[in-house]
Amino acid sequence: MSDSTAVKLSKKDFASDQEVRWCPGCGDYAVLNQVQRVLPELGVPRENFVFISGIGCSSRFPYYMNTYGFHSIHGRAPAIATGLKTARPELSVWVVTGDGDALSIGGNHLIHALRRNVDLKILLFNNRIYGLTKGQYSPTSESGKVTKSTPVGSPDYPFDPIAIALGAEASFAARSVDVDAKQLHDVLRRAYEHKGAAFVEILQNCNVFNDGAWAPLTEKATKADAQIVLEHGKPLVFGKDRDRGIRLSPRLEPEVVELGNGVSESDLVVYDERNPALAYLLSRLEPPQFPTPVGVFLAVSKPTYEQRVAEQIAAAREQLGEGDVDKLLRQGDTWAVR
Amino acid sequence: MKMSVAPPGEPQRVKKVEERESVVIRFAGDSGDGMQLTGMQFSTESALAGNDIGTLPDFPAEIRAPAGTLAGVSAFQVNFASQEVFTPGDDVDVLVAMNPAALRANLGDLKSGGILIVNTEAFSEQNLQRAGYANSPLDDGSLDRYQVFPVDVTKLTVNALQDLGLSNREALRCKNFFALGMISWLYHRPIESTEHWIRVKFKKSADLVEANLRALHAGYNFGETTELFAVSYQVKPAPIAPGFYRNITGNNAAALGFVAASRKAGLPLFLGSYPITPASDILHELSSLKHFDVTTFQAEDEIAAAGATLGAAFGGALGITTTSGPGMNLKMETIGLGVMVELPMVIVNIQRAGPSTGMPTKTEQADLLQAMYGRHGESPVPVIAAMTPSDCFYAAFEAARLAILYMTPVILLTDGYLANGTEPWLVPRFADLPDFPVAFRTDPQGFFPYLRDERTLARPWVRPGTPGLEHRIGGLSKEHITGNVSYSPANHEQMIRIRARKVAGIAREIAPTPVGGAPQGDVLVIGWGGTYGAIAAAVKDLVARGKAVGHVHLRYLNPLPADLPDILSRFRKILVPELNLGQLVRVLRAEYLVDAVGMNKIQGRPFKVSELVTRVQRLIEA
Repeated sequence: MSDSTAVKLSKKDFASDQEVRWCPGCGDYAVLNQVQRVLPELGVPRENFVFISGIGCSSRFPYYMNTYGFHSIHGRAPAIATGLKTARPELSVWVVTGDGDALSIGGNHLIHALRRNVDLKILLFNNRIYGLTKGQYSPTSESGKVTKSTPVGSPDYPFDPIAIALGAEASFAARSVDVDAKQLHDVLRRAYEHKGAAFVEILQNCNVFNDGAWAPLTEKATKADAQIVLEHGKPLVFGKDRDRGIRLSPRLEPEVVELGNGVSESDLVVYDERNPALAYLLSRLEPPQFPTPVGVFLAVSKPTYEQRVAEQIAAAREQLGEGDVDKLLRQGDTWAVR
Repeated sequence: MKMSVAPPGEPQRVKKVEERESVVIRFAGDSGDGMQLTGMQFSTESALAGNDIGTLPDFPAEIRAPAGTLAGVSAFQVNFASQEVFTPGDDVDVLVAMNPAALRANLGDLKSGGILIVNTEAFSEQNLQRAGYANSPLDDGSLDRYQVFPVDVTKLTVNALQDLGLSNREALRCKNFFALGMISWLYHRPIESTEHWIRVKFKKSADLVEANLRALHAGYNFGETTELFAVSYQVKPAPIAPGFYRNITGNNAAALGFVAASRKAGLPLFLGSYPITPASDILHELSSLKHFDVTTFQAEDEIAAAGATLGAAFGGALGITTTSGPGMNLKMETIGLGVMVELPMVIVNIQRAGPSTGMPTKTEQADLLQAMYGRHGESPVPVIAAMTPSDCFYAAFEAARLAILYMTPVILLTDGYLANGTEPWLVPRFADLPDFPVAFRTDPQGFFPYLRDERTLARPWVRPGTPGLEHRIGGLSKEHITGNVSYSPANHEQMIRIRARKVAGIAREIAPTPVGGAPQGDVLVIGWGGTYGAIAAAVKDLVARGKAVGHVHLRYLNPLPADLPDILSRFRKILVPELNLGQLVRVLRAEYLVDAVGMNKIQGRPFKVSELVTRVQRLIEA
């Protein structure tokens, strides 16, 4: 995909000439900014990037990227991206989607793209609200949430995007926060470097319809206590003073413990991003009892869908030779009339 | 005309031989009785005997309905003749009924005086009851108007195999080959092709090869030796144009048409599909053709199948998606996106009897208006239809060609009758098919995503990965030429009118419309799709009787051929037979302000030639 003669690219090479039209203060700006920073670092020619989106605020993303782009229909971006990536494995295909787009109308396509392990980079902007339709609750909205369509509170239960991705056999699942530039940058890079379906949930604020969607996680004062960064091979420590951690009880129940008083880091869970069971366990940690985990939940390696499809085609060619149409047409029940 | 394959080893007949011009046989039995296989083998034997043939499989939607019930009856009809065959035949000359349910479900189509062969062993009290017979029709005189041949197929088969050590169940499974052998004798069919088929099919088990061959031969010899059959029948070879032939179903032909088109275009083929009756066979066929650079993607649903196809088309592949009625509904939003972003793709709808799940294995033509108008917004799509099983090859090829040339989704309509029916096909040479190599845009100089070709109005096709041509497409309204998002009222109308003009312009691709039968006169019969055979046969019959009746069969439904108004004006009356409540007739009346009248049938079955002849005669006399 890349070669040493590739032109050195910079952030502005990835900005299109279209005016960005998200609401001022929207979390999408921060994500766009970070993606435009990461892409030039990857050594991939600009023309090999394709951004595919569905419908919703986040799905306007491709219009602002000076790459190939396809703004499609509600929920279907993973399906369209699967077709593109299967037909053109050499391209770097990114899907930009939201909580409504990916988890409600497009839930089926998301889980099957993950299950197949198509080498797509799927960025799910989760602001827990329908923004483009002006403020209805989404499948990640808290139960009881009062919105335009739930004036007395939502009777639904939400689900967790990471848990869904893991349940759908994703080979890579990570979570980041829109305003946490460095951590988002690292997660995006890891997603790119992963060969296979990479699912990234980006917690994102909607300052118009759901302001403070992730407030404790994003406020400077509370952030360190409200989130825990998953690092492969390191104990699960968090807190402003890094004095707390996650321990597993003998019944495999996670619990928050204070370090000291006989509790040391060696008692804590050492994170292993290759362990899907541990990843799922961590995905179930919710505030206020637990800090919200961010970082890479799972990264395991397995052959990708498009790779296996290409191998089957190559094997068929090797076994049967290049297809001959005349021969093909003359197979089956045949006879000649003279 | 001399056939290269004559019935070999035809034994000297001692019994009386009568000649027939054409014969229609229907094999009917339980779903598990192998009637589809029997019918197909008989068809192949008939083609090899030099006859022209037409076939109609008729099977239930249930995979194995309870044995012996009406719901479980599976039938296969074949028409073979010493002249040109247009249809699988109206009424049946010979009915082979393997059980009472098969008899009851099919007897209504047997001609008075027709041959009825029944497997007597299956007429047990229990089976009679299951089929709803109070008394056995074999004993109560209700079959007196037919020539009834009671044969204990089950016992004769089991006897023939008794020293092979097969289980009773295995032996019983061979009885369809006994029936096939018997009918092959009765109509002087060469059985070598069936012998060959058995050897290949059961090559893993020498016992099963032996058993099925024995059953086949036992049936054949039974015909010769039994006193039951006093006469056998000969149907001479038909005058068929010289060349290389194969028996082909519509679905198979469509699959091959797409492969040929992808080769002519120089593109890899991508099929996105979700299993659905009666379209799945195209997926099956293409999935075994990977060495033709064919990728088949079995999607999670119909929507994803269409979406992935559009994604592959964006990437520069020939994108095909196949489905039937219910799936078509689900694909419509994606087709609308395809119209907006102007990418080529072919959507194949193998129409079946609807609405909803309807009768999944039965045929209908009720999706024409959906194909033409079934999307929101002004969303024109070229629509073309196949006329016969083998014509599905050319229709598929043409659909792909138009999609690429005009950068648009194209809907191809076939139906269950064409999809599963077979006919002999004079196989074309690949070199004789038109080339249409694709030139992707690579030059950044003066590039705009919606700067169109002056003649076709097609926008350029750019493969992602092409340096300097990075651009964005999408469902939002786009500015003329630049392709930037635009909410300008005037621009919106302009783009909609351009797309409508682009699709209308496809009329320039349509060759002069052939008119069958009389070039002018009393009645013009206009059809589309799978009714071709029945209408052609009816018009031929009427013309032979001196009637001034013409026949136009439309391959292009949108746009319609430019010469159609002129043809319409040459006839006093216009009849539009359709297997729906009147869809093309509405289009013709709206487009041309002509007083076309419909003829409609919605029974999941094709028109009979006789029905059409009667209707046209009434119209002439009216």
